[in-house]
Amino acid sequence: MDLKDKVNEIIHNYPAEQRYSLAIMQDMQREFNYIPREGMEALAEYLGCALSVLYSMATFYKALSLKPKGKHIIKLCDGTACHIRGSLTLKEGVTRALGIEDGETTEDGLFSLELVNCLGSCALAPVMVVDDVYYGRMSIEKVPEVLNKYKEEA
Amino acid sequence: MRTVRVCCDTGCLANGSAEVAAEFEKYIGSAEFNVEYSVKKTGCNGFCEKGPLVTILPEGIAYYKVKVADVKEIVEKTIKHGELVERLLSLGKDGKPVVTQSENPFYAPQVKIALRNVGVISLGSIDEYIATGGYEALKKAVNMTSDEIITEIEKSGIRGRGGAGFPTGRKWRTAAGYDNYPKYVACNGDEGDPGAFMDRSILEGDPHSVIEGLAICAISIGAEEGFLYIRDEYDSAVATVKQAILDAEAHGFLGDNICGSGKKLKLQVVRGGGAFVCGESTALMQSIEGKVGEPRAKYIRSVQRGLWDKPTVLNNVETLACIPYIMQHGGEEFAKIGTDSSKGTKVFALVGKVKRTGLVEVPMGITLRELIYDVGGGIQGDRPFKAVQTGGPSGGCIPETMLDLPVDFDTLKSHGAMMGSGGMIVMDDRSCMVEVARYYVNFLAGESCGKCTPCREGLKQMLAILTDICEGRGKEEDLFILEELCEMMQDASLCALGKSAPNPVMTTLQYFRDEYEAHIKEHRCPAGVCKNLTSFKIDVEACRGCTACAKACPTDAITSEVKKPHVINPDKCIRCGSCREACKFDAVKTEGRA
Repeated sequence: MDLKDKVNEIIHNYPAEQRYSLAIMQDMQREFNYIPREGMEALAEYLGCALSVLYSMATFYKALSLKPKGKHIIKLCDGTACHIRGSLTLKEGVTRALGIEDGETTEDGLFSLELVNCLGSCALAPVMVVDDVYYGRMSIEKVPEVLNKYKEEA
Repeated sequence: MRTVRVCCDTGCLANGSAEVAAEFEKYIGSAEFNVEYSVKKTGCNGFCEKGPLVTILPEGIAYYKVKVADVKEIVEKTIKHGELVERLLSLGKDGKPVVTQSENPFYAPQVKIALRNVGVISLGSIDEYIATGGYEALKKAVNMTSDEIITEIEKSGIRGRGGAGFPTGRKWRTAAGYDNYPKYVACNGDEGDPGAFMDRSILEGDPHSVIEGLAICAISIGAEEGFLYIRDEYDSAVATVKQAILDAEAHGFLGDNICGSGKKLKLQVVRGGGAFVCGESTALMQSIEGKVGEPRAKYIRSVQRGLWDKPTVLNNVETLACIPYIMQHGGEEFAKIGTDSSKGTKVFALVGKVKRTGLVEVPMGITLRELIYDVGGGIQGDRPFKAVQTGGPSGGCIPETMLDLPVDFDTLKSHGAMMGSGGMIVMDDRSCMVEVARYYVNFLAGESCGKCTPCREGLKQMLAILTDICEGRGKEEDLFILEELCEMMQDASLCALGKSAPNPVMTTLQYFRDEYEAHIKEHRCPAGVCKNLTSFKIDVEACRGCTACAKACPTDAITSEVKKPHVINPDKCIRCGSCREACKFDAVKTEGRA
């Protein structure tokens, strides 16, 4: 199925009302790992709204991204509990291992790094999440070991 | 009922509780043991630090940190022969092992209302919710008048648990009074305060109590449509609540004919977009409408004109979870707990540098000292307490001199902090208060929606100044500029995000000014956190030559010979502090800028 068909399929799961715009774009984000321009244009037409309205949403909400993200998303929790237990040191470890900063994607497209607000697992601080797997009580020494697992799979 | 309960909330899952539960199922049904027990996977038991948690019923034997390898022994000894596996028990106050949760000092002071079913009933089971008396309150409410329901809520004295503490009954009564239909109800599950996770635990572990609370609210104000706005980061909560709504509809608790009364309610989950400001009521409503989540000025309250300009009641998850309890047991029963102005219990996320971390529900009015030392067991490694941060980015940092204050809506507020949504982050002498203030300002600068100038520009300037101080470029006049900016933002910002944003800066300036001054005048970070103002040295007198620090060092900056004092090579050291955390003899010291 090409991009256009997939976009149409996602859009038509919802009634043509503005209140569903966020949900539709989130579905696109999940499907494509970003919001493709074609997706946003098709949605603007479907809802009968200006493209700029959707663009302002896509840039406002952190869950939406206009650039493709990596295959594996590393979320480093920087909630307060993680912060005082050394989340920024962990970030340094990831940056040293992969050469990417917060919000960046590795050149091979394997990893994206996101420093995120609280993930609600404060008792495990500091927490690192790769895709859906939680790594609690992380330390800078353990970072390469965890990342290598994903590199080997690739 | 003979049951093995395995906690399967995020914390315990990360420690392998799903595998533990599978192992129990394997042995319990096997020919070797063949015992009649059911294995229940439940929501959060609160004591995440010691997960995976396993409880054996009916005795209530509570085991902690259970590994897959322990399961066979538990089945053999405890389930088959009624003997205890002592090493998996927790210790009581006297240091001796205790059997049940209620004897554990972490649980003993707790009173569970909002969390009454969380960690008790199976994840996703409406039948178990009904079996504990669930939806009885709704059945009662459909036969009551709006005034009768709201009077009961008013009698309870319950105030909004999201942080602002607005009386819930008054909110409902105002909305009920408008003759402007359709009306809406909404649940605020956009739990954004870093360090708080009670709403996630309730939504995942007991979603029906929230749905029932929301349904009772809808009936009392005459709304037929409602929304649960849940934070984007909470995947599992979104899925759980969606399923719970379908189950409640199938049982006739929602839909076109609630409990046979002819009343209607349609509920939907709206997934947030990852914007902190959407926890603010008017921004949240914009977001539900499918717009950018910017707050508006509240000359007209949302109970009068909220979603699509119609009367809307928005309540927090924890507040709604208390509603069925209040309707069932009566408002007066709820009001017996707590203080004069703050009734009932409050759930706190006790985290940071405290020994026992997790989720606790205690009566309002408990002191910070009781929370941190009795429930939390004191500071990790018995280090000195420095501060407790309450109320998230809108709250403040409270010093030791104020530990005997009762925790309720009003007392902390009068001291510049706030109880807020209930995050409680404990900090020790290795937490830098200037850096903590910078952290919150940085957080809010990233989350400010940018609509009003005081918040957008004020945060930017504060962040620049605080970053300068943390990185060693601070000037003495900076502190006065910070204070001026704080006052300006409090006076002139549009919404609560901007108005309360100065709290972390104001309270740290007030109670920990000496730390700011050490950064600026002495180029020294007393906590050893700010890297440009810290150098690490090993105290040769205290060092026992155990090599623990060298093993922990990620850059191999420590030369170590067993039994001889170790040395840190300052050129290789990245000042991450791993050595200091690893040292058991307190031999790693910090000094100011090298």
